[in-house]
Amino acid sequence: MNFDDTPQEAEFRATARAWISANAPKQYEDELRKSSLGRTQLKNANILEVAKAWQKKKADAGWACLHWPKEYGGRGASPIERVIWQQEEGPFGKLSHMFIIGHGMCGPTMMAFAREEHKRKYLPPLASGENVWCQLFSEPAGGSDVAGLRTRAEKDGDEWIINGQKIWTSGAHYSDYGILLTRTDPTVPKHKGLTMFFLDMKSPGVEVRPIKQASGASDFNEVYFTNVRIPDHQRLGEVGDGWNVSLTTLMNERMSIGAGVATGFPELFEYCSSLMLDDGPAIEDRAVRSKLANWAVKASGLRYTSMRAISALSKGERPGPENSIGKLVAGAMIQDVATYALDLQGAAGVVSGPEDAEVAGRFQAMLLRAPGTRVEGGTDEIMRNVIAERVLGLPGDIRVDKDVPFNKIPTKGR
Amino acid sequence: MNFDFSDDQKQLRDQARKFLAEKCSPKAVRVVLDGKAPYDKDLWKGLAEMGFLGVAIPEEFGGAGAGHLELCVIAEEMGRANAPVPFSSTVYLAAEALLIAGSEAQKKKWLPAIASGEAIGTLALFEGKGNPSPKNVKLTAANGVLNGVKKPVPDGAIADFAVVAARTGSSGRDADISLFLVDLKAGGVEVKGLTNLDPTRGQAEITFRDCKAEPLGAAGEGWGILTEVLDRAAVLCAFEQVGGADRALEMGRDYALDRIAFGRPIGSFQAVKHMLADMYVSATLARSNSYYGAWALSTNAAELPEAAAAARISATQAFQHCAKNNIQVHGGMGFTWEFDCHMYYRRANAMALGLGSLSYWEDQLIDRMRKKNAA
Repeated sequence: MNFDDTPQEAEFRATARAWISANAPKQYEDELRKSSLGRTQLKNANILEVAKAWQKKKADAGWACLHWPKEYGGRGASPIERVIWQQEEGPFGKLSHMFIIGHGMCGPTMMAFAREEHKRKYLPPLASGENVWCQLFSEPAGGSDVAGLRTRAEKDGDEWIINGQKIWTSGAHYSDYGILLTRTDPTVPKHKGLTMFFLDMKSPGVEVRPIKQASGASDFNEVYFTNVRIPDHQRLGEVGDGWNVSLTTLMNERMSIGAGVATGFPELFEYCSSLMLDDGPAIEDRAVRSKLANWAVKASGLRYTSMRAISALSKGERPGPENSIGKLVAGAMIQDVATYALDLQGAAGVVSGPEDAEVAGRFQAMLLRAPGTRVEGGTDEIMRNVIAERVLGLPGDIRVDKDVPFNKIPTKGR
Repeated sequence: MNFDFSDDQKQLRDQARKFLAEKCSPKAVRVVLDGKAPYDKDLWKGLAEMGFLGVAIPEEFGGAGAGHLELCVIAEEMGRANAPVPFSSTVYLAAEALLIAGSEAQKKKWLPAIASGEAIGTLALFEGKGNPSPKNVKLTAANGVLNGVKKPVPDGAIADFAVVAARTGSSGRDADISLFLVDLKAGGVEVKGLTNLDPTRGQAEITFRDCKAEPLGAAGEGWGILTEVLDRAAVLCAFEQVGGADRALEMGRDYALDRIAFGRPIGSFQAVKHMLADMYVSATLARSNSYYGAWALSTNAAELPEAAAAARISATQAFQHCAKNNIQVHGGMGFTWEFDCHMYYRRANAMALGLGSLSYWEDQLIDRMRKKNAA
């Protein structure tokens, strides 16, 4: 057991570190380091512009989407090299946030199902951040039950005509392209009548409306499709095989969101280390210490769980299913951590404005953003189903709509 | 980086699992549970023959000279099998105390006897209620004799020798505490078995009356040595707890697959699935924290105090969580003497207290994290 790099890994790390040190936008390093869930803005710059510039710089030097093949804009790096890069990129990695969907989900789906000429055309500018992509799956009638979606695609010559509505589409308001899951046959059971496409978000008939979240911010959108035309050569996979295509995307989603998820613990420990309560330092209070210790072992448990996966990658093995716990544990934890940080502030915890609140309101912002982390990319309940079924081998749910034609499934509870 | 056990160590784990599956079935555990024997003597002998008792004891003292990582994988299997033998008291506490602080003569006398299964050892630290603390040590040592009462002492009724924490000063500082080595068969000792949560591992009260004792380690350094012994034992016990948690999860999963109610396996109901998924989550967090503890233990890293406390807390929580919910998945049958669920429930809750309670270790963890941050 050791934490040492192999000579090859050490060499890669040194090269990456030197390049980052010479090229990263250091003027934002401190701000990025201090940013946390619900609070990732830069005071004097547009974070989207800074992020795009950093991504382009990385791409030009061969440091974007490291694990992708070179001909599609990547570096052809090994999985462990990708991890080493993430470790070295540190706080600048937070700038990759707007590309997570495109790089983590749309890219792999395109790589698996698009035509060769499309891969060569669309993947390099996706890797370099010049084009941003979004994923158009969820609908008002299908969240956890994605296969219940109703957006129609109807064939018209060499084109498909799209009508319907998507929701919770992260980044649609600044995206150039998207992958879109549609229903092409409502007369067969729901999983069998789906087909996947990719499209230009500037196509006529696409309308993006930002959703104002409970936190007040707008990361997600509703996207409306009115007679939008997509050429058949932009279809991904066979007609009717969209469900299988989407599984590729969703597996990648859970992998990428699960990696290094925020728990809020470092922020809370730092806060408690200097906080004075009515009867002394918070860090010396038995109740506070007990809470901290319980969260400390969750945070360290997640950290070492991902180390075990990285270790498997380093040996060229496939990581085990352990990493599937990441999002489930961290999502619930960061909400509890934020709630407790406010509890420690007493009545003053209600103040959330950055100028007047404790530690610039970081825990208030965290609290308001936290409910989303327990829903996006698979709710806590779906994640528990995934663990129970795929890891522990328990039976899947009994699905009453499995063999029913889609247009015969009830649409109202009562 | 290789944050995993080596192939040889994994092979040793498989070997231990196979051996224990044969020699330590639930039926064998029940002989001790039902009070028909104080511990499983045949199993103890077999563990010695396999070289498991002395796996981390150097060859010059009769052991296999392998190391602590090897001991960790064996500990996990001991926990999985719920082995009714004085393994943790002899191997994690007594042997480790001797390895850290024993003189050449003391090591020569006791370590080979531990490795061969001839001597059972223990640590006599607690004196009634309370957690590890110098101020809770009242038993006195003066002129080479001990006077006082220790309880609970793990496996105290079957132990041949004990490492005893004694008060040798009254300054109110850690330096008031010294360690002594006592041959429990030599007189001046009265032992009384105590009924306890987990009958598969005994607890005793030991009264020392002008009992002859030899110092273990330098006078006044007892607390420092004890702290290190407890840290090492915390990691090793964590592996037993991880093994127990995994077994309890497996039992629950298997029952959920087999048991039919309302016309379907109960494992197809989300309420049951989610309970089992949460058990998997806590067992996984505990395993990962314990691996880090194993790394720190095996390399004698400066991180050991923090790593040991984290492993202790995480593994204690996981074993308690999995053992209690295993019973819940089983429903009424899980609450019968006949089903094995309660053996793990008993072991989980006894182990949660053995080296000091959860709240004690929570406190320790925060102290140690602060020290690291200050450094």
